[in-house]
This record gives sequence, structure tokens and C-alpha cells, in this order.
Amino acid sequence: MADLSVRIGDLSLKNPVMVASGTFGYGVEYADFIDLGRLGGIVVKGTTIAPREGNPYPRMAETPMGMLNAVGIQNKGARHFAEKIYPVIKDIDTNMIVNVSGSDIESYVAAANVINELEKIPAIELNISCPNVRQGGMAFGVSPKAAAEVVEAVRKAYRKTLIVKLSPNVTDIASIAKAVEYAGADSVSLINTLLGMAIDAETRKPLLSTVTGGMSGPAVKPVALRMVWQVAQAVKIPVIGMGGITTATDAVEFLLAGATAVEIGTANFVDPTTSVRVVDGIADYLQRHNMKSVNELIGGLVI
Amino acid sequence: MKKYICDLTVADAIRLHQRCILLKLTRDEILPPMKCGQFTEVRIDATPSVLLRRPISIHRIDKEKNELWLLVQTVGGGTQHLAQLRKGDLLNVMLPLGNGFTLPDTPCQTLLVGGGVGVAPLLQLGVDLKGLGCHSTFLLGARTANDVLQVKEFEQVGDVYVTTEDGSMGEQGFVTQHSLLKRKEVFDKIYCCGPKPMMMAVTRYAHEHGVWCEVSLENRMACGVGACLCCVEKTKEGHRCVCTDGPVFNINDLTWLI
Repeated sequence: MADLSVRIGDLSLKNPVMVASGTFGYGVEYADFIDLGRLGGIVVKGTTIAPREGNPYPRMAETPMGMLNAVGIQNKGARHFAEKIYPVIKDIDTNMIVNVSGSDIESYVAAANVINELEKIPAIELNISCPNVRQGGMAFGVSPKAAAEVVEAVRKAYRKTLIVKLSPNVTDIASIAKAVEYAGADSVSLINTLLGMAIDAETRKPLLSTVTGGMSGPAVKPVALRMVWQVAQAVKIPVIGMGGITTATDAVEFLLAGATAVEIGTANFVDPTTSVRVVDGIADYLQRHNMKSVNELIGGLVI
Repeated sequence: MKKYICDLTVADAIRLHQRCILLKLTRDEILPPMKCGQFTEVRIDATPSVLLRRPISIHRIDKEKNELWLLVQTVGGGTQHLAQLRKGDLLNVMLPLGNGFTLPDTPCQTLLVGGGVGVAPLLQLGVDLKGLGCHSTFLLGARTANDVLQVKEFEQVGDVYVTTEDGSMGEQGFVTQHSLLKRKEVFDKIYCCGPKPMMMAVTRYAHEHGVWCEVSLENRMACGVGACLCCVEKTKEGHRCVCTDGPVFNINDLTWLI
């Protein structure tokens, strides 16, 4: 069988398939359905230094081949994570990565500091791209200068692998990627959700309590693929691609566009076994194409 | 309880009326253990406008026939697809999800209030209550006589009273206006599932009469397993997931009348 392992900074992944933050809880929610140890990594729910109640219901609307969410990073805070959740998940046999969010530079750094102390968390994914919080979040991810400032501050505090999750709601995503690379990121992951909106024509009301929300699912895949390709051309650090991946073929397309690894998101809701099916499907693809390692695929787009 | 994802075969698809279908699902293997009040997430795979699974209540668990019954009302593209299923078709389901109703420790008088397709989880609940020696009274509300579902099934496990909005069956009006609730009958426990305004009215009645009451919520849902946090309901302990902390909640945990 071909070698599926890849590296992201100091991180070794047994295969390039991870699951995306906010779509897989803390992993344990899916333990009845799949062997979590077969995944390259699990990016757990967005975590902030202070507890957050998130946005009011309704927080979700289905759209053609996708969905909108406006959860708003509901979580019980980084210290609750460290004390109550970490002990339960630390021995899951994969890279357990924490998605870290904040409302200002200090709160990002404070949350990263708490996670830095957790021995079996080898990396954080810094969320500078959440469209569903009023302060911080995406505000950092839409300007190269603000993105670089928060990444630089977290880089000083956080010693392990630092992945920065980018927003697609920008004019030039490559310039943001370059700014965070320069500021010390070990990797960038993209795309977070696209800002969208849905209306109930009968009631004339928005379908989300926040009016706008983040769009994900198969409908966003072409946009995500284009952005991953643009970013992979622009930076030297590894790129983690995501956005609408449902099948192994989708994942291979992201790898060809230049991603070193991928994350599965919305598809987990449709089929909780998607991620392991993608792992198997990538192995099949490599065998059919007589490739010895998945690394031969990365950036292998023929133009 | 352990959750499963499996393909079930449609043993029977019975059209109850124009907008409602009763699906009887089975498989060769014995079905996983399930409890009344729990639900399933059913995969649709139909049109591009339907991506997510649909949460559907467990209507009846027939252990003798190894059947799981789902009551499906067509409200959109997803449920319309389910309504087209025929005997022999396969359906991919995640189950059992959520927590069931809390069953009484000792036999008592129970009132089960259902509105529209919200009557679905009350059938297995009624069966289980009868098995425990409880006396159940069903109060079923619907728009018209045509929308009153599964009356014969409910009559096998308790007394049935009906209200319809147009008066075409039972008393005219909403369930909380039924004369049954004006009598001096004493209920020890109330269970309720239906449209939110109806559940809120029943909650108000239960609070006013000091009766223990559980409601089963139907918030819009994505994952069904507590991962996405989309289906939250505001409770006294903050936002809680209907899929994993519910779908059944005691009314004292909710903030509806506060």
C-alpha cells in the first residue's frame, strides 16, 4: 500500500485527511460510527478564553448543496476545555488540534497559552476567519496587517505547530496567506465559510437569527479549490484545503491544487463515515495511478 | 446508548393521507435497541436542494416483526422524497439519537398531547406506559379530521380525544381548549409533542396546575449528535442541544414562561 503520511510543520499525519472544526465536536461524538484513530487529525470545536453562549436560535439553514450556519463559537472556554474535555480526548490515536478564536489580540494569546500547556495537543488552528462573531474573528482575517499582528502575537506565545485558518471573504487571499506566513505561521488552512444569507419568502424573515451566516458544503467547492490553488502558489508553508469535500476524488483535487492535507466538514453531517471513506479512496487512487506516496500528488496539477 | 448507522429496508409504505406516510422499516439483523422519544436521522440523497439528513421521531418499535415505524409528513423537498419510497427501497439511518421520555416508576394517570405529525413519538410512549400499568389519555390536535393521524393505533393503548381547528372531528379549537382539561380529572404526568405554540400552551397549563410535564422539541438540526450546535434551545443552563440533551426536556428546564 502507498505511503499516505504527510507533514505539516512539526506535525506528522498518518494520512492527509482531517475533520474540520465545528463539524465534529470533540471527536467522541462520532466514536460510535468510525474508528477515530484512522484519521490524520481532528480539529475540535472553536475555543475562546472566555465561555461563549453563541448566537440565538435559529442558527442553521439548508441551501442548495450546502448550508448556512451562525453558531457563533459557542464553547465553555479554554480552561473548561483543558480541565474537563482534554482528559477525555487526549488519548485518541490521532492529532487532536484545537481551533482557537478570540475577540482581540490579548484574548487570542490567552487562549493559545492555555492550550500550549496541554502536552497531547500538538497544534492549534488559529481562527481569524469566523464570520459569525461581532468582534474579532473575521475582522482579523480580512486585512493582511491585522492578520499578521495577531499571528505574530500568538507565535510568540505558542511553541508548537501553528496553523492559521483563512477567510474566503477577501479580495486577495494570497496576500493574507503571505502576511501570516511572514508573521510565523507553520501552515494555513482554507477556506472558512463564505458569508451568505437565506430568506423565507413566505414570512419575509431571514432564516438565521443573525441574518447572515457562513456557507459551507459541496456548493462552495469550486471557490475553495480556486483559493487553495492561489494560496499554494503564493506561500512555501504547507496548505490545508477544505470546502465542500465529500468524496476521495474531491480530496485528490485539493491535493493536486497544492494542499498537503484536507479537512472534511459539512459532509460529516450527511455521512459520519465520510472521512474514513476518503482515506480509503485516496489509497485506491494512489494504487490505480502507481504512486508510492501521497506526496507525489501534492501540487501535481497538470496545466 | 450506542448509536448506529445502517441501511434499513422499507417493509411497507402506507399513505395515511395526501401529506402523510407511515414507513415501516426492517432488516435481516435484529434492530438496535431504541427507546420511545428518541429519533433517527434519515439520509435523503434526492435533489441538490436537500443535502442534510432529516430528523424523524421513532413512532413505534415493533419487536415481534423487527420493525421501526416512522411517521413522515411532507413539508419540503426532503420529506417529499421520503413519501415516494416504496416497499423494498433502502433507507440509510442513524439511530437511536437523543434521550427518550422519562417513564414513571409507578403506575399513574398520564396525559399525552400531540399536534399534527407531532403525535409520532407518543405512540411508542403510550405502548410503554401501558406496559407499566399507566392509564393514558391522548389528546390529539390537528387542522382537519383528515390530519388526525393513527387514531386506531392510539385507541389500542389509551382513551383518545380529538380537537380540530375546523371542527370536522372531535371538539373545535386547539388542544388546550378541550373540555377534558376543564374537568376535575387529575393527571400525574403530561407528555407533549407538536408545534411550538401548542407545546408552549400545554406548558402553561402544566405550570398552572402544577403537573410534571415533558415536551419533545423539533428544532432545525444538522448533525444530530451534538457536534454542530445548530439545534440549540435556550434553557436555564444556557444553550443546550436538542439532539443530545433532548429532544425531550422537562418544562422546568426551559425558559419559555420566565
